[in-house]
Amino acid sequence: MDLSSSSLTTTLPAVGQAAIEFNNVRLGFDEGEILRGVTFSAQERETVILLGETGTGKTLLLKLASGLLRPDSGSIRVLGKDISGIPESELLDIRREIGFVFQEGALFDSLTVGENVAYRLHEDGVDPDEIEPRVSEVLRFVELAHTFDSLPSDLSGGMRRRVSIARALVTRPPIVLYDSPTAGLDPITSQTIISLILRLRDVYGVTALLATHRLQDGFALANFHFDPQSKKVRRDSSPESSNAAPTRFLVLRAGKIYFEGSPDELMKSQDPYLQRFLI
Amino acid sequence: MHVTASNGIVDAANLAVCSILDSAEARNPKLTQSYCTLCLDARRLPGYAFLEAFPEKLVADTPQVAPQDVRAPEVPSVMEVLQDLAKTNILKVQNYSKLSYHSVTNLASGPRYVQDTLDQMDDIGVGSLPIVLLSGFFIGAVMVLQTGTQFERFGQASLTGDIVSLALVRELGPSITGLLVAGRCSSGIASELGSMVVTEQVDAMRAMGTDPSRKLVTPRVLATLITLPLLTTISVFVGLLGGMVASVLSLRINATTFWERAIKILEFSDIMQGFSKTVVFAFLIATVGCYQGLNVRGGTQGVGRATTQAVVVASVLIIVSDTFLTKLALYLADKFF
Repeated sequence: MDLSSSSLTTTLPAVGQAAIEFNNVRLGFDEGEILRGVTFSAQERETVILLGETGTGKTLLLKLASGLLRPDSGSIRVLGKDISGIPESELLDIRREIGFVFQEGALFDSLTVGENVAYRLHEDGVDPDEIEPRVSEVLRFVELAHTFDSLPSDLSGGMRRRVSIARALVTRPPIVLYDSPTAGLDPITSQTIISLILRLRDVYGVTALLATHRLQDGFALANFHFDPQSKKVRRDSSPESSNAAPTRFLVLRAGKIYFEGSPDELMKSQDPYLQRFLI
Repeated sequence: MHVTASNGIVDAANLAVCSILDSAEARNPKLTQSYCTLCLDARRLPGYAFLEAFPEKLVADTPQVAPQDVRAPEVPSVMEVLQDLAKTNILKVQNYSKLSYHSVTNLASGPRYVQDTLDQMDDIGVGSLPIVLLSGFFIGAVMVLQTGTQFERFGQASLTGDIVSLALVRELGPSITGLLVAGRCSSGIASELGSMVVTEQVDAMRAMGTDPSRKLVTPRVLATLITLPLLTTISVFVGLLGGMVASVLSLRINATTFWERAIKILEFSDIMQGFSKTVVFAFLIATVGCYQGLNVRGGTQGVGRATTQAVVVASVLIIVSDTFLTKLALYLADKFF
């Protein structure tokens, strides 16, 4: 797949340190406990795919990672800082380091696409002369430069997700959280979204948590990489030959991590529950 | 026994009858003639043929429930229900108080959303102007018609201007304008913020490092606090105009006389009483609308519920607080003026 060129370049951070760490996190609501002691970590530049049936708490994990929800117990560390007990005012600073792509885009429907993407820059007090070029640049990255003055209601579902991705990456955050970015989209649009996520990962080197119930999204991220030289998405001949960031799967079941491992380990698993995802 | 639709159109009751008769026949071969007839009849049921063909279905589809698992659902006691209700409402009051407190304290520190405040002033203030003008004029007129005829009976029709002026400035202006703005803006705020909540726009705002309390609540509260006293002033002025027109046309009172008496009767305490009410009403209208909107649960249906709740709660609070504010204002006027 050929992707349009972009002037966005960045120095990739090294893989190693944990960008996100969950330690025995529990969370419940009136209807009962949804997360029952979740422990995992995502290393810098790593992509962690959260798989699970509907209602297993994938979105909750993303909201907890961004501090939108507080755990009942356990601790969550983001970029080395424990966010589980800090006040909202400090959380706002942490959230500026995180891009969040919501399932339905969550674009501000009274603002144009350009204003949506520029929102965070305005909030951060960026020089107004600098805002428009940066917004245009990220809109070109998601191939939606022509929608600058359109309202979100004028866009298709896939386009809204792409604008949401543009909005999340405009401040170039080191962590991006994707909540079912391909849910409800046709295969071609889904492929476009996954290509964008690949490109974002391999160009910016972001750490990503991606919640999905579509296994093919996870395998696409694990088996393909974006080649900045040829500006194309290429299939990895073998995991060793790839210089792309590692991809790991977490399968949630009944509020706990049921499986954690590489795509190969998931494929080779004989577990009946995991087999159901692979069919 | 549970027979799913995929098994074909088989009456579950047929199967149950067949099953019982079959097992009874097997256990006791010496059955009476009538019983055997019943068995034969039962065998003609479509369910029996199904059972013979797929006997495992009867077992497979029957949930195997252990006797000890069958328990009647626990019914909460009256005290538990009352406790839950009290807790829920105390929590609501606590959350509303926190939202109200932050809506004011946010003004002390940045970031401040001046443009959002101006936009809200335009929406709440300018947007409400037509209904306030129209209703204010006719409320003044109807006040004159109602009171003027009573004063005429005692030959004191000239007092109409005094009483209408006092009523409008002290009571009717603030409360009627408050109720009108509550109907229009409290519901508007609740539905706008509620829609933002259900479409995750508020979460998106928080995820991007913006405090919704600063961005959404404070501008609306500030805008209402600024515009409602202005709207009330306009409403009172237009009400007096309406009263003057009605008194000239209906009571044949000179317009200048009406106006002079209406202005002369007013004291500083009357104006302060009306003004202080509008400030409290404005705060209630905006905070109740914001609270209901930001606490929407249950999708679009929840937005509708929140909108209705916002109008009802704001209106009731305006009327209730009006009573206490009037008492307080009269006490203070008596004490200091």
